[in-house]
Amino acid sequence: MAVELKKPPVAGGVTPLATKKPGADQAHTDSGATFVPDQSRAERTRSFDLDAFPVPNGREEDWRFTPVKELADLFQPAPTEGEKYRQDVNAPAGVKTSKVPADDERLGQVGTPGDRAAAVAWNAKDQATIVKIPSGTELGEAVRVVLTASDEARINRHVLIEAGHHSKAIVALTHEGSARLTGNVEISAGDGADLTVVTIQEWDDEAVQLDQHDILVGRDARVRHIAITLGGKVVRLSTNVRYAGPGGSVECLGVYFTDAGQHQEHRLFVDHEPVHCTSNVEYRGALQGDGAHSVWVGDVLIRAAAHATDTYELNRNLVLTDGARADSVPNLEIETGEIVGAGHASATGRFDDEQLFYLQARGIPEHEARRLVVHGFFAGIINRIGLPGTQAHLMARIEKELADSIDSAFEPAAAATR
Amino acid sequence: MATLEIRNLHVSVETEQGTKEILRGVDLTVRSGETHAIMGPNGSGKSTLAYSIAGHPKYTVTEGTVTLDGEDVLAMSVDERARAGVFLAMQYPVEVPGVTVSNFLRTAKTAIDGQAPKLRTWVKDVKNAMTELKIDPAFAERNVNEGFSGGEKKRFEILQMELLKPSVAILDETDSGLDVDALRIVSEGVNRVIASGDVGCLLITHYTRILRYIKPQFVHVFVNGRVVEEGGPELADELEENGYDRFLAAAGAAAETGAVEQVDQVTVEPANA
Repeated sequence: MAVELKKPPVAGGVTPLATKKPGADQAHTDSGATFVPDQSRAERTRSFDLDAFPVPNGREEDWRFTPVKELADLFQPAPTEGEKYRQDVNAPAGVKTSKVPADDERLGQVGTPGDRAAAVAWNAKDQATIVKIPSGTELGEAVRVVLTASDEARINRHVLIEAGHHSKAIVALTHEGSARLTGNVEISAGDGADLTVVTIQEWDDEAVQLDQHDILVGRDARVRHIAITLGGKVVRLSTNVRYAGPGGSVECLGVYFTDAGQHQEHRLFVDHEPVHCTSNVEYRGALQGDGAHSVWVGDVLIRAAAHATDTYELNRNLVLTDGARADSVPNLEIETGEIVGAGHASATGRFDDEQLFYLQARGIPEHEARRLVVHGFFAGIINRIGLPGTQAHLMARIEKELADSIDSAFEPAAAATR
Repeated sequence: MATLEIRNLHVSVETEQGTKEILRGVDLTVRSGETHAIMGPNGSGKSTLAYSIAGHPKYTVTEGTVTLDGEDVLAMSVDERARAGVFLAMQYPVEVPGVTVSNFLRTAKTAIDGQAPKLRTWVKDVKNAMTELKIDPAFAERNVNEGFSGGEKKRFEILQMELLKPSVAILDETDSGLDVDALRIVSEGVNRVIASGDVGCLLITHYTRILRYIKPQFVHVFVNGRVVEEGGPELADELEENGYDRFLAAAGAAAETGAVEQVDQVTVEPANA
């Protein structure tokens, strides 16, 4: 099946979406979801109260893809094991970083926990880190928040990133080592700010991360949120976007490389209410090996007031071997017809035979052609991060994952395609 | 000096209606230094011939042989064919997102030559070839064919041909979709490669207009999956004048004759068995 989805129509499920006028049915899903408990995505529970969220059993809409049995400990509050991890903030001059107590009143203004794990993190955290980029400041280099953990450290993490109005910055969160982490990251971009937040998951094999990112986009602000998930046993990242005023634009980009036994789940919810806002979501994943499981859920809600909204969501999965599973669920709810555009596309497939033929017809051996195609597939996102050193590091890491498997694992996939 | 020999080539393709035979016994010999035009109406199987020689997996060779200097081309993988010297300039070049033109060209050149090209001369060669084809140098950092116009894609195909220096080049409707200026630029590029004398060129086209710029020594009229008439450049002139009607009518008659031959064979078979 064709994987390339640059230009619809290609086999694989581009769904051109007719916009709906007010008064039409409230919810649109074409996800094949069997159970939708709420009338609208907006009605889903959000609360700081742990008891508002029963312990998930795996039958809930928002947990049905997740291996909840492996996560029981993270659904109960437990103290952070401070001695097993460190989180360093390396910030250029001008940035104000601080560690604050858990009850600091600045916390919880941007985001409210949306599931049991986030509520656990909120209630069990012993401190929080605030990164503040003053108004009007343009940073020449990135702020790096480096989390390194060992020995499956239990961590309840809370980070608040505050970009003042008309500031410009890149903040990179990196995660390495071994942890069992629940967390909340609040991201606030002031009016006219230009903020990029990159979250890079390079965990060891046994790590578990259940994380929630909430983004509040100021008037005319531009936010880019980029998730790169390469490691971990279970990584579940829920990213929620709201707009504080008109004219905001958001790009949510993601890359995941899901290996045997890994579960990597990215859930996005973009809530359009102010007018003239845009959102663009693009996640690309590759899967290889037995039991590799990726989940992408992209919810977009265009509320009745959100005139002149322009939104698009795209998820592409490249399945490199047998035994891997990619779930991809785009949902679009539209409550007004007065919009510029709304669409989504999802494609999951093997290598594009035509691309391989083209490269091979120029003498490039098959395994190298495959490597080039996968490289290109990811480079399209990675190269948009804006940090050349990080980009090179991530591409090298992906190259290595490919090289480890390319000759052994890719050939059966090729045979199956023919 | 290279020789591509196609003998009694039969090729079929799987369609929703079942297996369909497209090439029905093609015979053709192309030597380096020669330029052959294959002309035929839509649906005659011209492109199938091109893609079959290059080894596209969609096409199944059911009978016949293709050899390059005696080597069995059909036994080779797609990339082996290219490294043996076969080049196909495609009618619809494929976009390869995330792979830059410069990376792609260098990777292909390294694969074809078996070693990486010398950096300094290579950069110069690429630059010169791009200039001659009026390709903006900025294209080197763009992704292969991504967002290229039709004319840009065709020029990029010819750029590859100039740089990879094949012994047999098949140009599949390289003229289609080009305006007069682009056609001239592309033709000049092809003529530079032909002038080197090292390449045998198989020019597949529906129209005669590219033959104003590229002069073939041999013209083959291709109808209904086989070559029905061969001649020199004068054959192209006749096609320009009269179109394919005469050949199509003849092919219709030939198809009937073919049916009779089929019956003859059936009667012979029991004797063999």
